[in-house]
Amino acid sequence: MSNLELALKTAYPRARATLVRLLGNFDKAEDALQEAAARAMVHWSKHGVPDYPAAWLVRTGRNYMIDAIRRVNVEARHAETIAILSGHDNFPSDDSLLSAAIDDDLLRLIFTCCHPILPQEGQVALTLKTVAGLTVEEIGRAFLVSAGAMEKRLTRAKTKIRDRHIPYEVPAQKQLPARLDAVLAVIYLIFNEGYKALHGPDLMRLGLCREAIRLGRILARAFRREPEVSGLLALMLLQHSRATARTNDAGDVVPLDEQDRSLWNPTLIAEGRSLVEKTLRRKQPGPYQIQAAIAAVHGETTSPAKTDWAQIAVLYRQLEHHQASPVITLNRAVAVARSEGPAAGIVVLRTIEAQPEMQGYHHFHAAYAALLLEDRRPEEAKSAFGKALSLAENSRERAYLERKIETLK
Amino acid sequence: MLYALLIYQAEEVLDNYSDEDEKAALAGHRTLQNDTKAAGRFVEANQLLPSSSATTVRRRKGQTTVTDGPFTETKELLIGLYVFDCETLEQAIDYAAQIPHSETGAIEIRPIAYYEAIEGVQVKEPQT
Repeated sequence: MSNLELALKTAYPRARATLVRLLGNFDKAEDALQEAAARAMVHWSKHGVPDYPAAWLVRTGRNYMIDAIRRVNVEARHAETIAILSGHDNFPSDDSLLSAAIDDDLLRLIFTCCHPILPQEGQVALTLKTVAGLTVEEIGRAFLVSAGAMEKRLTRAKTKIRDRHIPYEVPAQKQLPARLDAVLAVIYLIFNEGYKALHGPDLMRLGLCREAIRLGRILARAFRREPEVSGLLALMLLQHSRATARTNDAGDVVPLDEQDRSLWNPTLIAEGRSLVEKTLRRKQPGPYQIQAAIAAVHGETTSPAKTDWAQIAVLYRQLEHHQASPVITLNRAVAVARSEGPAAGIVVLRTIEAQPEMQGYHHFHAAYAALLLEDRRPEEAKSAFGKALSLAENSRERAYLERKIETLK
Repeated sequence: MLYALLIYQAEEVLDNYSDEDEKAALAGHRTLQNDTKAAGRFVEANQLLPSSSATTVRRRKGQTTVTDGPFTETKELLIGLYVFDCETLEQAIDYAAQIPHSETGAIEIRPIAYYEAIEGVQVKEPQT
């Protein structure tokens, strides 16, 4: 990217956030922004990138909208809109002042997009569209719906925000924790959608992971005193640090144990670990911080054999206190098996075996099978791998399971 | 004279770096490092982790307080620094202009009053 493109890309979502506030409408803001961006390409390449690119876009977009309204329609009902737009009372004349106001708007936009009145799929779609700036086609592809269906989803969300008069604001301190939780959930969902890609042929949609990390960074800078915000950022960084090691050249999944650790990104690990260390000092542990701590334990060893599995088992136990879930117990079982032997892990698995959620979960059967195999019970292992295979959807995971069954024949 | 070349950059710009941007920046750093090493001017290079990993310590009336985040809440934050041994300020300015971040951020040059380092400490290249 040229410096001009980079400046434009950086300024874009921030300018959009302010234009949404000024124009009170997502679609008008988008029109104004597109026009401003087109003018920026011409103006900036001639005169250089301005000191406050986002402020430049806002000012230009706003002026364009005022002109457009004036030109197209002089009817009385638009007089009010013009009055709001032209009002100089609270529109800063100086770009450095305008730039400071824009910072707050981006956070307002994030909270509006993740408002609890919207269904979570709407929150995710709107966040990706307006905060991350992805196209409708891109979001549709990521969530396996057509662009048309995604467009409808977005329209429904925007209409609801308008009709229910959702305020454009960062919640007050009292509601902040709950509202922030919703925002973090949306960001982590976006990250996981990219990380897991359960349905698709390409295992990692890195773009989604990167967007989620970018959003996490924005929040971490804005809410330094909220340890779960840093916890989520750390978790994503540590998971993302293994992105290139997670698949081999053929595109197959490589389990953590078998990953080439020289492919792990040391800078992301260092950043993630330093965040974990810092947030845990605050002594307000939460699910994201604990999961990040687990990922950090994995990240600090050069070989799987040296992993501190006992420590990981303890962390999973803590995580179960925060959010009891058989999936977490499943992970604890694996950690227990590594630190105390396969039989001890199987004991833990038996406590959740009867749960329907686990019966239909291929990872459960795959983990069970691996422990049975290690415990020298190949027949039972083979049947458990078979169950896992009958449930797995991802073609690469299926290939992995098929290989396992093949070796047991 | 030793000069510290402090690299300031809005972190959101770095957030938006593509792989190619990162590679280009890294190549710029490598060139500068190789040139200054060849010229016997290179002293050290430091890339800092993002400000979200920063901790600020203050000591007041015997009490230590530790806060999360960088010392100043400005948009352009210190992201790294070089130390070069330059004959003149002109030379330091010349090197500063070769730092890739001078194009999207700013480089503050500060002459160093006192410098001490342990012999043989390896300076690692920044990683992508």
